[in-house]
Amino acid sequence: MTNLADERKSEVRAYIAGFSSALLLSAASFGLVWWRPFSPATTLALVFGLALIQMIVHFRFFLHISFSRSSRDDLQLILFAALIMALMVSGTLVILFNLRTRMM
Amino acid sequence: MTTAPDPWHLLLGRLDLQSLPFVRAWQNPTASELISAAAAAMVVLAAVAVIVLVTLLGKWRYLWTEWFTSLDHKKIGIMYVILAAVMLTRALVEALLMRAQQAVAVGNAGFIAPDHFAQLFSTHGSIMIFFMAMPILTGIINYVMPLQIGARDVAFPLLNSISLWLTIGAAALMMASLVVGRFSTGGWSGYPPFTELSYSPDVGPDYWIWAVSLGSIGSTLTGLNFAVTIYKKRAPGMTFMRMPLFCWTSLCTAALMIFAMPPLTVATALLALDRYLAFHFFTNDLGGNMMNYANLFWLFGHPEVYILILPAFGVYSEVVATFSTKKLYGYTSLVIATAAIGALSFTVWLHHFFTMGQSADINGFFGIATMIIAIPTGVKIYDWIWTMFLGSIRFTVPMLYSIAFMMTFVIGGMSGIMLAMPPLDFLVHNTLFLVAHFHNMLIPGLLYGMLAGYHYWFPKAFGFRLDERWGKIAFACWVLGFYLAFMPLYVLGVAGVARRTQAFFEPALRPWLIVAGAGALVLLCGLMSLFVQLRVSIRDRRRLAVPVGDPWDGRGLEWAIASPPPEYNFAMIPSIEGRDPFFDGKRQGDSCRRAPARYEDICLPKESATGVVLGLAAAAASFAIVWHIGWLAILGTLIVVGTVIARSFARDIYRIVSAVEVERIDLRWRRALSEARAVPRELETSGLNRGLAEVAR
Amino acid sequence: MSANELRHVGLNLADYGEITQPEAESAIFGFWVFLMSDAVLFALLFATYGTMLQATASGPTPASEYKIGSALAETLVLLTSSFSFGMASIAMKYPSPGAQQPRLLGWMAVTLALGMLFMGLEFHDFLGMVKDGALATRSGFLSAFFALVPLHGLHVLAGCVWLIVMMVQVVHFHLDARVRINILRLGLFWHFLDVVWVAIFSVVYLQGLIH
Repeated sequence: MTNLADERKSEVRAYIAGFSSALLLSAASFGLVWWRPFSPATTLALVFGLALIQMIVHFRFFLHISFSRSSRDDLQLILFAALIMALMVSGTLVILFNLRTRMM
Repeated sequence: MTTAPDPWHLLLGRLDLQSLPFVRAWQNPTASELISAAAAAMVVLAAVAVIVLVTLLGKWRYLWTEWFTSLDHKKIGIMYVILAAVMLTRALVEALLMRAQQAVAVGNAGFIAPDHFAQLFSTHGSIMIFFMAMPILTGIINYVMPLQIGARDVAFPLLNSISLWLTIGAAALMMASLVVGRFSTGGWSGYPPFTELSYSPDVGPDYWIWAVSLGSIGSTLTGLNFAVTIYKKRAPGMTFMRMPLFCWTSLCTAALMIFAMPPLTVATALLALDRYLAFHFFTNDLGGNMMNYANLFWLFGHPEVYILILPAFGVYSEVVATFSTKKLYGYTSLVIATAAIGALSFTVWLHHFFTMGQSADINGFFGIATMIIAIPTGVKIYDWIWTMFLGSIRFTVPMLYSIAFMMTFVIGGMSGIMLAMPPLDFLVHNTLFLVAHFHNMLIPGLLYGMLAGYHYWFPKAFGFRLDERWGKIAFACWVLGFYLAFMPLYVLGVAGVARRTQAFFEPALRPWLIVAGAGALVLLCGLMSLFVQLRVSIRDRRRLAVPVGDPWDGRGLEWAIASPPPEYNFAMIPSIEGRDPFFDGKRQGDSCRRAPARYEDICLPKESATGVVLGLAAAAASFAIVWHIGWLAILGTLIVVGTVIARSFARDIYRIVSAVEVERIDLRWRRALSEARAVPRELETSGLNRGLAEVAR
Repeated sequence: MSANELRHVGLNLADYGEITQPEAESAIFGFWVFLMSDAVLFALLFATYGTMLQATASGPTPASEYKIGSALAETLVLLTSSFSFGMASIAMKYPSPGAQQPRLLGWMAVTLALGMLFMGLEFHDFLGMVKDGALATRSGFLSAFFALVPLHGLHVLAGCVWLIVMMVQVVHFHLDARVRINILRLGLFWHFLDVVWVAIFSVVYLQGLIH
């Protein structure tokens, strides 16, 4: 029984850890835009980077994706989906921006 | 301009008498209008005839409980194939009309008006892709794949039914467009700004948007179902590398469905937003960009053609190995090639719009990617040829289709490599050369594959073979018809003749167009021969019966059970020890057909009306949106949402087939198995074949 | 059986009841596949937004319309709702006689309230934009905005409806196998929506307010 109670406590702690990390990362992003310590290009890159990290935090702490065997099929699925999305989004942006440049 | 809405408008939206082709033909009886009215009349009469026939035969209860509400993957698969056959007939007739028009209209206007012609090529393409090809491959995968992996059903049987009925609902919308209103004239790709409200304010593009959207949602859910089934429902011992090739192609097809349908959903949804809510995604003004649509559509469109071809490749792998009496050559290379084709199919989509103004570097990148994707396909062709080499080849109908495919498809592949070069594509883009190329891929590739699969697995599904003689007649028509109908188009395309053209003025084109028209007639004969074959086979089904279940000395698990299989497929889920478990088992004491030590109760899903209700309600809501019938759109949507929620409350959703019943069914099959005479391959197309293969030990 | 021995991602159940583990695995994996197809849909809307960011047609721009305070408030509300759903998941997973159902329903109610607060804040934002004349019909940029962000909002609405349905089912069926599996799937859905929101506040709101 104490085993179960301990596990429950550690799970709650995991959610709290995820929540606080996500809060900090969000605050950092908003802070970068509010106080503008860096150039626009750098700020944008940092905001996107922080977003990517926060997404990983969500997947790890809220969605329980890890490198363990039980996660394997889902991790494969998520990585494949991420690859497809990267291809589609980057391809779209490159093509459309190329078209716009040639229209000017 | 504002008038108070009268009661008719509230009830019927923008439906009026002018929407009916009969009224239009009455007011303006040109040949074109009369043909439209005749088509509409045929749809109405056929629907009435079917309803009357079923009522007279007293079969409504049977159809409802045994078929429409069934969650059995086998029945759902058969219904998909029947849908495909009906839609194939319509689309082939449309092709004939177009070919006839083009053959006649050299130096004159022909008999089909330009607007009608434009609807014809739009419906022909949309139906062939979304309502013929997708359903037939979905149906065959649905039937065969669970049997091949040793499963009792797909992972989500209810979702399977929902997908089927969404597709049927969408097909009903296509048929409705013949009777009420008109269809889009924007082709199967529906490019804006032409399909925007400012250029096409009529209901046509709306029919197209909703038919395609419902169908694509059905396909996405099907892909999900197939992928989870293959991942989670394989029999114990069947690792990925022991799966039949058909299951590998099914898996990759499913992955493509899951990831390639969303771009289409986005494209049609954004077009719908433009049309219904005056958004500016693809308009000419206020920041719209039509290239966004082209990009989104082909992000879907290219993987789509690989969705269409991969299942056919899977069929060829099965058929060629079986009828060469030889193990499939190069299993690993075939698996890698399939996966490579699947992945690479997401990297080439720009080759559909080389001419739209991108820089040469970008065109070059996608051109090279397109050529690379031909390599794994080439690997597959070589693997099939090497499978045949030194094999003992039996020229049954499926094998004939496979051989014709290998020779004819490669021609289309070569024209594809030519098109992959942007400079060359600039000359022949949107000419008849392109039309010839993609028909050269789809007919010898997809269609011959599906026909081969149909002949190959029909005995499994229905317990009797198809008549071999009529099968060969149909085959001859399909092959001759294809060459006659499409080889002239290569020549015309290189000469610069554009596609989708309703009339011509150059007399030199006439002979080629006439040959192409003749080819279309031969193709129609091919289709008719298949119907005759079905009639003859049903008539002769006792002579053609193969109840024991293994008419071809097959290799996979699907042949290890009765024909037709029991509802639950396997009395006992087998344990797998290698590739071709049934084939190897036959040669080592028939391990896959051993009686189970003990029979168990089997739990199956109960029939459910959820799929039927969802599909038809969604179709009704779509029809209502097309015609601006507010109350019906809201009602349909509420029914869809309400049904999903209500279903989640259902708890009594399973039924049990008792162990006693399973034993009874199994013993009946085992009696036939022990009484049957094993036949050698020379006699497999004779009446002596009861479905038991003679095995040299 | 160790409760932490996660047989499958998202399958955060202590015991499975009358549903077999393979069936539960299929159900959860299938839902992940659906989420990935939904993710591709959103990704393409993001890409469309990216290509139409400049298409303001001399109308309202991101800088003129986006409010950083609102975006921050919405972010905090949605993130907290993810946390509260996590607490609900824990309440469902660990048995505690007498207190389990009320605890679970309580956390679900908190999540629902936060979800509805999120939608209220967002709706208020959209009303403000409409009052400014920043309608979707004004420009390509605004069309792209109003396709992406309200689609996420619609998903949140669907999630709230789903929450209500599950709360009714918890009361009616208690925690039988189907209810558990559906709450697990709802959890995946809810967290997924928060992941999409991270992308929205970064790519839409913050990007729009940087320049």
